[in-house]
This record gives sequence, structure tokens and C-alpha cells, in this order.
Amino acid sequence: MASDDIWILGIAMTKFGKYPELDLVDLAAQATTAALDDGGVTMAQMGIIAAGNLMNANAGLGQQLQKQVGQTGIPVYNVANACATGATALRTVIMALKAGEAEMGLAVGVEKLAGAGLLSGGSRKDDGDEWTPRGRYGAVAPIDGRIGTDTMPGVFAQIGMEYGHRYGGTSFELFARISEKNHAHSTLNPFAAYQKAMSLEQIMGDLMIAYPNTRPMCSANCDGAAAAVLVTGATLRTLSSEQQRRAVKVAASVLTTDPWDEACQILPDVNTLTRNAARQAYEQAGIGPEDLDLVELHDCFATAELVHYDNLMLCEQGGAVDFFESGAPFRDGRLPVNVSGGLESKGHPIAATGIANVWEIAHHLRGEAGDRQIEGARVGLAHVIGLGSACGIHILEASAA
Amino acid sequence: MTESPVPTVDAVPPVDAVPLVDYLVLGEDPHLTAHQCTSCGARFFDRRNACANCGANQFDTVAISTSGVVRTITIVACAAPGVPVPFVAAVIDCDGTSVRGNIINCPPDPEHVTTGMAVRLATFVVGQDGQGTDAIGFGFEPINS
Repeated sequence: MASDDIWILGIAMTKFGKYPELDLVDLAAQATTAALDDGGVTMAQMGIIAAGNLMNANAGLGQQLQKQVGQTGIPVYNVANACATGATALRTVIMALKAGEAEMGLAVGVEKLAGAGLLSGGSRKDDGDEWTPRGRYGAVAPIDGRIGTDTMPGVFAQIGMEYGHRYGGTSFELFARISEKNHAHSTLNPFAAYQKAMSLEQIMGDLMIAYPNTRPMCSANCDGAAAAVLVTGATLRTLSSEQQRRAVKVAASVLTTDPWDEACQILPDVNTLTRNAARQAYEQAGIGPEDLDLVELHDCFATAELVHYDNLMLCEQGGAVDFFESGAPFRDGRLPVNVSGGLESKGHPIAATGIANVWEIAHHLRGEAGDRQIEGARVGLAHVIGLGSACGIHILEASAA
Repeated sequence: MTESPVPTVDAVPPVDAVPLVDYLVLGEDPHLTAHQCTSCGARFFDRRNACANCGANQFDTVAISTSGVVRTITIVACAAPGVPVPFVAAVIDCDGTSVRGNIINCPPDPEHVTTGMAVRLATFVVGQDGQGTDAIGFGFEPINS
């Protein structure tokens, strides 16, 4: 292992679900302690912490976590970057290690969202008593619902429908079948918030949120945390052979934002920044999409999963529908996608997601994924995207040891 | 100006009406406007300090075409309390400028609203405030050819 390579030494996630008795710090501490144990190290060995939380981003989660598990005086970076917050925490630690500022560090992400409804566009101010222009559009009244939609299910529905308009082949049923796949996958994942298979009829007949996304085609709001201990190659060499054997190499770590696009002020362009991140990640890792054994991608909605087959170059440009129809992204297919159940069934505690999907890949690469193990997995890709926008991609490789 | 020209009656916008947003121009031919970068032509409905595309900092105001083609839609069934559902949210390609708006004057279902359909700008009364002033919003309605 090269000295300047970065490795995941320990990684853990809580089961995603409902934890009414636990607060953010409890959940973050659970994931942190488990990740440290998994890596066979302690807080005393950490040189940096990056702590991710979106909905309470001003709370100083990292310092609260230190008080819960160990105040050693090391630098803490509290990060918030929409749905890419977890990936940003990982990336922050990786940058510090690459810069030589630390030899080992902790990335943690936690969110409590059980019972939350629409996270954007969930409330609208009343019209005032007198029309007065306000804000960046000089609006005299709230515009959500009057000029398009602010709701995430509606935004991502448009993103999927736009793909269908451009390339053809999409339908309500096709998007529902993507969701059916992920719900089927979730039955094998004991860490998923929901582990129920759902039939196509159940999915299409469920509560419509924003056509074509029904409720089970939307990411599940839930509580959860995930944490990872990262280490430089130089330091990993000084650790035990067992630690070296279970370490997972970070072959690529990329964060991008969206470059300007004609329509991006109207509808977020989630495609260009994901494609840019994928291109950079494959180049960093020195591999191509054909070398991947499994992918965890950001299926915040069923309509989003389709476009990311294309953005991550798992298929030819415009070929996402054919890729799905070929059976490739099913767990017994050529390139399994979201064998964890994805955000639609595993759940989406926002800041935890970008570390939990890395946890999923790492478990397969270690051969520790139990009933849902993808046999012989050596290389995997984890992807998240947060609107605004930020895209995080990590490519992971099994240890050669 | 010492004296206003005598206006024709139907060319005068009602004085008791205001646009929902400042990029909607009311009057005889309601239309949208945008700030256009004088350097690269990028268009923005809100104010920018510099062009997000090229960094230049001079903008003209331009009128946006009032007809276009629906590039994508969703039919929103769950929204904030107070937002009438279902409604169709869409992106319209108006001669190369993407515009966000609802599809109106059309049943909100996938049989009647499809991507690729031709539409044109239409206005409607959002509501009246306590001073008796109407707020005028915009959407896009199908062009039935």
C-alpha cells in the first residue's frame, strides 16, 4: 500500500429507523464508537473530526460528540452540504490526511428525520394584507405552487420526466419498477428502515406525491448515523495484519458543484455535476464503470435513480432505460445498484447517507455483507447528490492483502 | 413630460393590479422579462452581481417569448397546506429560454399534460389584497392547434 493512499480502517452505521428516545449526539456516538471498535482504534488516535448534520447545522455537533466520547482537543470541522453532507465529512477528513495534517481521522454524519414530511415546500406563508414586492423575484405573495413547485418529490419527478422527454422509453410503470427493485433488495438488509417487498401494484396504487413519484418511490425520512475512521497508507502499514486485511482503499474521493447551465435557475441540473464527478472519480481510481462490481447511488426518488445510471456512465448516454430493462441493476444482474435497498427503503437520514452508502460498499468488499453479499466484489462506487448542488462520489477497492 | 398622451382604453393596465413577480410585465401583451448578460447572453430572472456563466457584470432587460414547448412536468398531489392540489408544475422551453411555471387551463392529469406539447403564456388573478388590488400570476396553457 502506497504511503499516500487513504484507507477506511473502521466503519459503522446504526440501523436506520425511528429512535424517539435517542438524540443526535446519542446516535452519532453509537456510530462513532462502533466505527472505532471496527477499526481497532480509540478516540486518542484521531487527529481530526469532520461532523455532518444538516437540519441542526449550527449546533456544533462535532464538539458535542467529543464531550460524549472523548475530548482530546483535536480540530473539528462541522459540515453541512445538503444531501452530500456525509460525503463532505468523509472528503474533509481525506483532504486533511492527504495534506499531512493528520494520520487518522473520524468522519461522522447523523440526522433525525423520523416523521418529517416534505422537507422543502412543506409550508407556505399566508398572503399578506397588502401586496408588497419582496425577495429576489419581487414577489408580492408566496410563489410555491403558483410558479412551479418547491417540493423535492416534484423537483425530482421533473428531472426523471425530462430524461424521458429527451430519450424516450420512460413511463410511470418503469419508474415504479425501479422502486420495486430497491424494495425487494431491502428485504436482505437488516439495517434498512423498511424491509418489506412491495409489488408493482402496491407501489403504483400508493399515495401519489408528485407524479410519477408515489410515496414508496420517495426516500424514507428516518433517524440514523454513520461513521468512518480513515487512515493514511503509511500509518496503516504500522497496524496489525488483520487491520490491514479488512481495510478498504479509497481509490477516489470527489466533490463537485454544478457548473452554470441554461436551465439551472429553473430546475436544478443534477446531471452535469454528477457526470463531472464520475469522470474525475474514474480517472483518480484508474478504472472505468465496467470495472465496478456494485454501486450505491442517490435514489432520493425513483425518478432520480434512472438519470444517475446515465450520469455515472453505467450505460451509454441516453441508455438508462435499456440498462434497467436488461436487468443489470438488480442484485443478480451485471452491475447491481442499491443492493442496500437504497434511500427509498433503507432510508435517508440526510447527513448519514453519504457515509452509510460507503459502509454498504465496504461491507461487500470485505465479504461481510451476509445474506446480501455480492460475491467476489472488489470495486464499488458510492454516490450522493444534494440540491444546490453538491455531488460526492467515492470509489472503494478491497484490500489486496 | 408635461402632459401624458391620451391612452387608448384597452391598452391601459388596470391600476388596481400588480404582477405576482417583478419579471412578469402586465398590459396589453403580458410577457416575462429577464436580465440578459451583455457578454454571453445568459439570462436570469433574478438579480445577479455578475453573470454565473461568464463573470461579466452588465445586463440588459429582454422580453421572453410567450410561447414554448413543455420540456418536463410533474403533477403535484402533496404540497404545503394552502396550496391547491393537484397542479402541474413544468419547465417550458420558450425559444431557448427555460421558464418555470404551472400548466393551467387544462385538466391536471397525464392524459392531458405531456412533455413536448405546445403552450403559451396566460395570466390569472392570484387574489385580491385588503386594498382591493389584484395580484396577477402567470402560467402556460395548451395551444390547441
